[in-house]
Order: sequence, then structure tokens, then C-alpha cells
Amino acid sequence: MSEIRFTIDGRPCVARAGQTIVEAAKANGVWIPVLCHYEGLKPVGSCRICTVRVAGRYMAACTQPVTEGMAVENTAPDLEDMRKSLIEMLFVEGNHFCPSCEKSGNCELQALAYRYRMMVPRFPYLWPGRALDARAPRLMLERNRCIQCLRCVRGIRAKDGRKVFAAVERGPRVTIEIDQRLAAGLSDAEARRAMDICPVGAILRKETGFAVPIGKRKYDGAPIGSDVEKGAGR
Amino acid sequence: MGKPVIATASLAGCFGCHMSILDIDERILRLVELVEFNKSPIDDIKRFTKPADIGLIEGGCSNSENVAVLRDFRKNCRVLVSLGECAVMGGLPALRNSIPLKECLEEAYLNSPTVDPGERVIPNDEDLPVILDKVYPCHEVVKIDCFLPGCPPSADLIWEALTAIIEGRPLNLAYDLIKFD
Repeated sequence: MSEIRFTIDGRPCVARAGQTIVEAAKANGVWIPVLCHYEGLKPVGSCRICTVRVAGRYMAACTQPVTEGMAVENTAPDLEDMRKSLIEMLFVEGNHFCPSCEKSGNCELQALAYRYRMMVPRFPYLWPGRALDARAPRLMLERNRCIQCLRCVRGIRAKDGRKVFAAVERGPRVTIEIDQRLAAGLSDAEARRAMDICPVGAILRKETGFAVPIGKRKYDGAPIGSDVEKGAGR
Repeated sequence: MGKPVIATASLAGCFGCHMSILDIDERILRLVELVEFNKSPIDDIKRFTKPADIGLIEGGCSNSENVAVLRDFRKNCRVLVSLGECAVMGGLPALRNSIPLKECLEEAYLNSPTVDPGERVIPNDEDLPVILDKVYPCHEVVKIDCFLPGCPPSADLIWEALTAIIEGRPLNLAYDLIKFD
């Protein structure tokens, strides 16, 4: 088994051949933020939150494999500010009303904003008009909160392998649609997985919500990524 | 030098952020020693009687009166603070921002269920403030110097911000002080 030696912010790290920068960093106890990436899904590198710099070039750490001797810059102030600006853009591009959102406290976008100390976005709010789709028996699609990461499109399939969610149109007009017939056949566990795979509050299970009290939610106590960093000392 | 002067206002808000100011428990006794309140619903002073060092704004701008009060605060306050989600991003009143204003008013005053079957009108008395096309976050109307998110911002965050501004030091933002809900 060939071992690859590389560095992240000057810190020596080791990786297996074929590992992406995000995977290898995690194995070495270094957190690189991700949003469109979800473990177990083929990475697509669309949100660019994971952008790192190698030899002066910017690359998506979730898709880029590690190579021998690679010197990865992860926490340079300009990189961190660029990531923060991407988070801010996502906040102004949709309608993110955290106080009334069922996903608040468990939302990856919100958790990234907390970790990056976003007190207010630097961009003007766009207030798009987006329709809500509540036709599926177990799920609700709240497009106002959708960040078009396509994790649901890639990760949620019916028993015969067909995709339950699909992206329609492109660019700023892209919207997520549900195949109503396939969605009607989803079990409760599959609906739960759809809600979990959504990083924000765009896919919600019906007839339940706000089940976990404030203070006990996923990101109430510790910042996103601290579980990865906790492994750093081992 | 006298005590720092604080002024507060609630625009398109629910007064929850003002409740959170009062939620600083016994620290309120220290606050009274540290600062002096001027125009504020807390002491019911209606007009600025002197310039303020810190202005705390709850709520965004939903109508012309909100804009006038906010501009008055900007003119009279050295440091202006957006306090809470509504001031920072519009908050729940901004739920109407993706719906045309005409539709909102017709839904509220003409088409909604009522127990009074008389003639239905959209209020348009000249003494009423003019409602804006959208609810605007405060920083899209005037320059804001400090942002404290939260619904409401926790008393600890408000305390930290007030003491930091008074002492002229940067805010020390622990992870659990930043919440959007």
C-alpha cells in the first residue's frame, strides 16, 4: 500500500493513494469545510466552500486527490474570508429565516455561519419568490431554504434505483423537483434519510418538527468540524 | 466625562430584543451605574435630549415611520447597533418580501375572514405611516456599526457587546453567543 506524504498549512500528513484532500485531511484530524459534499456520495465540487490553495492554484478539496509532496493551504486568512463570503452569498440568495426553521440548530449552512462568525452578510438580500411543494405524503420541499447542493438528487433513490429528486433548469433558475409517484412510495426511514441528507431545512419530514430542544441540537454546543479536529491528537 | 448614554428603539420588531436587554439579571444594577438611558421605551423618553454614545435598534424598516426613527438614531448616536434578526436581516416581518405588497394588503384587509361584514378598505389615512414595498434590514437604510444576531440575541451577547463598546475593545465572541434563533 503506497503512502503519500503531503502537508496542510505546513503540518506533515499522510494519505492513501486515491484519497481526496478532504478525506485525507479528516484522517489526519484536519477539518476542511464542506457543504455540497456528503460522505458516501460521489463528490461534485459545486459549492466551493472546501476551496484550498495548492502551489498558488485554487481547487475544490472534496474532488481533488492528494499527490505526493502536495503543500495544501487551508486556513490562510484570504481563503477563510472567501469561504465566509460564499456562506454569506447563500444566505442572501435564498430566504433563510432561521428563527422559524425546523432545521435550526441542526443546519450545516447555519453551523458554518456560526463557525465563520457571520454577524451579517456583506451582500444585499435578494428575497427570491420560491414555491413550496407539500404534495408528497411524508415530505415537504421548502425551496426558500434550498441551496442547490444536489445532495438529495444524488443521494435519494427509490428501491429500483430511480432518483426521487431532480434539478430542473440551470444557473440562477435551477429548482429541485420531486417525483411525486416515487416520493409517495418512500418509507418513514427513507424520508428521514432525505431530511438528514439535506444540509439546510429545504427537505422536511411531515408531522414532526422541533423534536429536539434548544441546547441539545447538533451544533448548539460545539462548532461544526470540531469532531474532526478532536481526532487530531490521536 | 459623564456616563455613556444609551438610546433604544423597536421598529418592525416584537419587543423580544428589549426583553432580552432586561434579561441580564442582576447585571442590570451594574448597567444602571455604568450608563445613562436617553430616548428609549424603557424610560419612555420620546425625543433625544442629548446625543447618545450607543443606539440599539430592534426590528427592520417596514414603514416610513421606521425609516424616520432609524435616521434620527443615526444622526444622534455615535455607535449604532442592529439588535436581533429583524434588524439584521428583516426577520419574520420580511416573510412578506417575496410577495407583492398589493397582494399582502388585499389578503389582510379585503379577503381575510372577518366578523364585521361592513365595507372593507385598505387603511389609507394620511396620518398612518406609509408601508414600504419590502421590509429592509437596518443596514440597507443607514450605516450600522455593530450587528448582534439572534431571536432574541442572548442577554450575554448584549452584555458583552455593550461592555466592549463602552470599554472601546473588540467583541469577544464565544461560540455559544452567536445564534440566529
